Amino acid sequence: MRIILSGKTPGGICNTVAFRNRLEHNVDIEIANYRNPVFIMGDIMQRIYLDHNATTPLHPEVKKAIIESIDVFGNPSSLHEDGRLARILIETAREKVAALINADPEEIMFVGSGSEANNTVLSLVSCSGARCSLHSPADSDLITSTIEHPCILETSKCLENRGTKVWRVGVDNRGLVKMDDLEQAVSENTSLVSIMMVNNETGAIQDVERALKIAHNSGAMFHTDAVQAVGKLPLDVKKLDVDFLTISAHKIYGPKGVGALYVRKGTPFCPLIRGGHQEMGRRAGTENTLGIVGLGRAVELRASEMDTETERLAQLNRLLREGIESRIENIHFNSDPACCLHSTINVSFEGVEGEALLLYLDYEGVEVSTGSACASGSLDPSHVLLEMHLPVEFAHGSLRMSMGRSTTREEIDHVLDVLPDIVNKLRRMSTVYGGAR
Amino acid sequence: MNSWLYTDKVKDHFMNPRNIMFDDAEFQYDAEGRTGNIKCGDEMIFYLKVDPDTLTITDCRWKTFGCASAIASTSVLSEMIKGMTLEDVRNISNVDIMNELGGLPDNKVHCSVLGDKALEEAINNYYREHGMFEKVRDTESRIVCECLNVSEEEIEHAVLEGARNYYQLQEMTKIGTSCGKCSEDAKERLSFFLDKHVGIKVCVQP
Repeated sequence: MRIILSGKTPGGICNTVAFRNRLEHNVDIEIANYRNPVFIMGDIMQRIYLDHNATTPLHPEVKKAIIESIDVFGNPSSLHEDGRLARILIETAREKVAALINADPEEIMFVGSGSEANNTVLSLVSCSGARCSLHSPADSDLITSTIEHPCILETSKCLENRGTKVWRVGVDNRGLVKMDDLEQAVSENTSLVSIMMVNNETGAIQDVERALKIAHNSGAMFHTDAVQAVGKLPLDVKKLDVDFLTISAHKIYGPKGVGALYVRKGTPFCPLIRGGHQEMGRRAGTENTLGIVGLGRAVELRASEMDTETERLAQLNRLLREGIESRIENIHFNSDPACCLHSTINVSFEGVEGEALLLYLDYEGVEVSTGSACASGSLDPSHVLLEMHLPVEFAHGSLRMSMGRSTTREEIDHVLDVLPDIVNKLRRMSTVYGGAR
Repeated sequence: MNSWLYTDKVKDHFMNPRNIMFDDAEFQYDAEGRTGNIKCGDEMIFYLKVDPDTLTITDCRWKTFGCASAIASTSVLSEMIKGMTLEDVRNISNVDIMNELGGLPDNKVHCSVLGDKALEEAINNYYREHGMFEKVRDTESRIVCECLNVSEEEIEHAVLEGARNYYQLQEMTKIGTSCGKCSEDAKERLSFFLDKHVGIKVCVQP
């Protein structure tokens, strides 16, 4: 199919990042694979990306910054001109990341992903080396929550197998970590408490400030996985007094494969990846210069765009939420706007299986994600929703829509146009909802 | 390379499922069979219209709470069985269904079993309701996996077909791949049949 750019297409639609990327890269392929063209505005097919918690498209300015640096090939550890050039780029980016969260540049180390940062922090717990352990080996309990990202949950299971005592604090039905339970769990043996700042599936903002006080009061270190929070919530590590904080670039319109870990000055540390002096000896491996440049530019842009975007997303959240509520019956919102980021709406539809819903929406040009087990190939539906005591059948029928800087009102209107019919179709064929005879 | 998750045929049957029973259908049927469990994320009901003289399926409908693969598998199955005798239908395996669809990803194979099982249940129910009890299958066989309706007999069958460990058993029957609660029971039964038929005494671990 050929695409003809029509002059009457609203600017808000064709100016979105997603659209531009598609036009430049793979629009022909995309269209050829869809028998029904979707979201036709004039002659244009536009896909609606509502999966920003999974990843985000590159910000055009980030893309520009990376392209401008693309020929910088030097090893940042080299002393010659090419090496020094790369070093300057990295250190500039470090300053930018530090500025966003009010850290000192030397407190920021670059890593390959948010998962790596989280693994690095948790690996400290099991470290018994005299110089790098957080506490003496006896004080080595780890406390985390039941709704963490799998990179925390699975690492904590691994630590458990190696003899570390792990406590996992549960959540209430809004998805908030129970602080009273955390208080019960900490002891003088606790070495680290790790609680995520914002949950990726529901957008629930955790009371990190309180969790941190509980941890520090018992003499434990505190880590927060802030991958879903950085660039969406104002963050000040000095005020917060956090010991470790995880950042990922690709959740904030930066490139994949790069993240950062904040390590408060004076905090004991031991590298996960050894064998090099890079990153002040904290992470071996030649730096991903271009990725780091992208991360630096991305956080800089977040600082300037965050406030207006937050306000805009709050309006879109209301629109989407009220729209779903008024059009579709027997639903359950798993994201309470009073305690969740407004960019995320997680909602369950009774009697509908999530993967089927996701793929019908995909066919209509709407890209979302689901907590259904069948979509991921795992056996159980979303651990986060189950921990919130959502009935299993509801968890199988959940959708996560996560909005971002490219999300427009027109897009939300389109989702509200197509969603009720899809839910209705699936319910009519459902064994549970359509009234099995 | 196809950018879609599944084959074109899966997509076609998912987008336009055939013989589906919508809530307003006036379909008259002679037998129904249900399998799966909503808590496991998959549930299926098959409705059959049967010619009593030839024991041939003249028409069918189905309903599902299931993913795209379950919908497509059952849709394609519902087309395959029309005009077939109940006994011939029983010989259709989930592998036949997958071949008809042009394949499913590995982690979706169990979805193709669901329609098949609901259909078997409907056939059994037809025989029961029409007094042909000798033709009812599996009635004595205890169900080990409630989610996917896998019986002891099927475990035995799988062992005879070559399953030598729990992983292979799961590959063949999908037992314990939904909620997983039956895994201990299933492993015990597996080692029992391995001992009985193959003479292997094993410590069954996945």
